Amino acid sequence: MITFEDVVKIYPGGGTAVDHLSMELPTGKMTVLVGPSGCGKTTSLRMINRMVEPTSGRVLIDGQDVSGQDEALLRRGIGYVIQHAGLFPHRTVLDNVATVPMLLGKTRREARTASLELLERVGLPTEFAKRYPAQLSGGQQQRVGVARALAADPPVMLMDEPFSAVDPVVRAQLHTEFLRLQQDLGKTIAMVTHDIDEAIKLGDYVAILRQGGVLAQFGTPQELLDAPADEFVASFVGRDRGLRSLSFDSAADVPVVPPASSADLILEGGRPIAWRTASGDRAIAGTFTKADSLRIVTDLAISSPVGIAVRVDDNGVCDGIVRHHDLVDYLMERRAS
Amino acid sequence: MNLSYLFDPANWDPSAAGGFPQLLLSHLWYVFLALLIGTVIALPIGLYIGHTGKGSFIAINAGNAGRSLPTLGLLMLMVTLLGLGLLPVLIALTVLVIPPILTSAYAGMRTLDRRVVDAAKGMGMRPWQVLTRVELPMALPVMMGGFRSAALQVVATATVAAAVGLGGLGRLLIDGLAVNDYSRVLAGAIVVAVLAVVLDLFLALVQRWVVSPGVSGRF
Ligand SMILES: Nc1ncnc2c1ncn2[C@@H]1O[C@H](COP(=O)(O)OP(=O)(O)OP(=O)(O)O)[C@@H](O)[C@H]1O
Ligand SMILES: [Mg+2]
Repeated sequence: MITFEDVVKIYPGGGTAVDHLSMELPTGKMTVLVGPSGCGKTTSLRMINRMVEPTSGRVLIDGQDVSGQDEALLRRGIGYVIQHAGLFPHRTVLDNVATVPMLLGKTRREARTASLELLERVGLPTEFAKRYPAQLSGGQQQRVGVARALAADPPVMLMDEPFSAVDPVVRAQLHTEFLRLQQDLGKTIAMVTHDIDEAIKLGDYVAILRQGGVLAQFGTPQELLDAPADEFVASFVGRDRGLRSLSFDSAADVPVVPPASSADLILEGGRPIAWRTASGDRAIAGTFTKADSLRIVTDLAISSPVGIAVRVDDNGVCDGIVRHHDLVDYLMERRAS
Repeated sequence: MNLSYLFDPANWDPSAAGGFPQLLLSHLWYVFLALLIGTVIALPIGLYIGHTGKGSFIAINAGNAGRSLPTLGLLMLMVTLLGLGLLPVLIALTVLVIPPILTSAYAGMRTLDRRVVDAAKGMGMRPWQVLTRVELPMALPVMMGGFRSAALQVVATATVAAAVGLGGLGRLLIDGLAVNDYSRVLAGAIVVAVLAVVLDLFLALVQRWVVSPGVSGRF
């Protein structure tokens, strides 16, 4: 657990970068710090590994005040992914990743062997090991940056806009890979981004900071979407927050009726095939399962020509349909409760 | 052009006191000493100024001052103060090599990508490790550039040693002029020029060997 206790940072000659920040980043979870440019995200992050010293207040890791600890040793125990990767240009990819294990006293061989495994883990073919950073694309560099931070298997990771320098397609891919990785590793992660969508997608918790380094709200993504603390948070999370909040709700309990209750649905061996409409049959664009989110169900219902979302079981056999007015009633009830 | 002195085998006899091998050797010895002392003095200062940003005016002005100082004049002054010997020559030559080495060490450190240095600290490197494992390897091409230009200058200028009675390839120039033996003067000039080119080629090879391909771009 990382604890901020009434932390203030005032840069000499600058304004207040972080203003009386208190929050707890839970162990094994990913907390995303998000907010407009200059609101103190990077400053807050860097106070965790003492790259920045607070003007007042304390930062603790598992109850231990970081300010009492040896800087270098503290940092070796915390993975750090900096904005734009910051790879060492004079070292090969493999030696970049091996940096911290070697600082910790591992032999070059041991460090390299472990690093090679990590490269695969972050989705880089091992033939990249011998290359230099200048020979990699932006997305590949970011992967190496993540691998380097993971190399000594630190319990805590700090990530400063680790996915910013890549195009949206690669970013989405990195997100998916990273979520899978985090599921295995269960690190305590503090990540910075200015992209609220990224925060909501990746974070177990999200801390929204406002200009002047004030914490506007701390909570799960769904809490922020459902109950923004104020006008600033509401506008920051975006106008479609109601719809986006549905992506955190399970479709398991959505009310279904038997497939036979719709005359418009054409089945073949139990599998949904097409919609019967006035202008002829239309192929079914998509179906959902119990494991999907309510957002998927809503999307299917409003994009179907007859206003029906089709549920299938694991074998692709239709086991129920959701009519859009039933869905609306269901959503209304949930909102009320 | 009269190349008879240059190609006279007697002048290439390693045991001949005024022959090319011995003059070359003493010449290289002055060059080596001046570069060594100059580096020992200028490199730490340049690195310190570049690393901390404190006193950068020294680094910038050293370059200009060094270029405008006449080595021969300085040598005569030193001889007047200290008498004849190796010391005044070394002082004059060292003063010559300090500016390029200091300025390039400073520039090498200043032009580093600070984000990479920041990453090094963030990984838990101690200041000394940051300097030796990250800053120096990255600044090496610029620093080698300064060292090479210092070496070139001092190879040419070490000929002044002969003006105050010492050896080195300058002997050929001074003695040749004294007896109007232009073939000897020409030989001296050619050997100095060839030495400069060979030395620079050698240093270029060293540079290639010590600078990481990731920095030089020669993958
Ligand atoms: N070393 C410094 N000296 C003085 N002021 C600084 C320093 N670093 C940051 N600041 C100021 O502190 C404030 C917060 O900076 P910080 O880098 O934490 O913002 P950020 O939220 O990470 O912004 P961005 O999204 O643009 O990266 C800014 O106003 C910035 O100008
Ligand atoms: Mg930042």
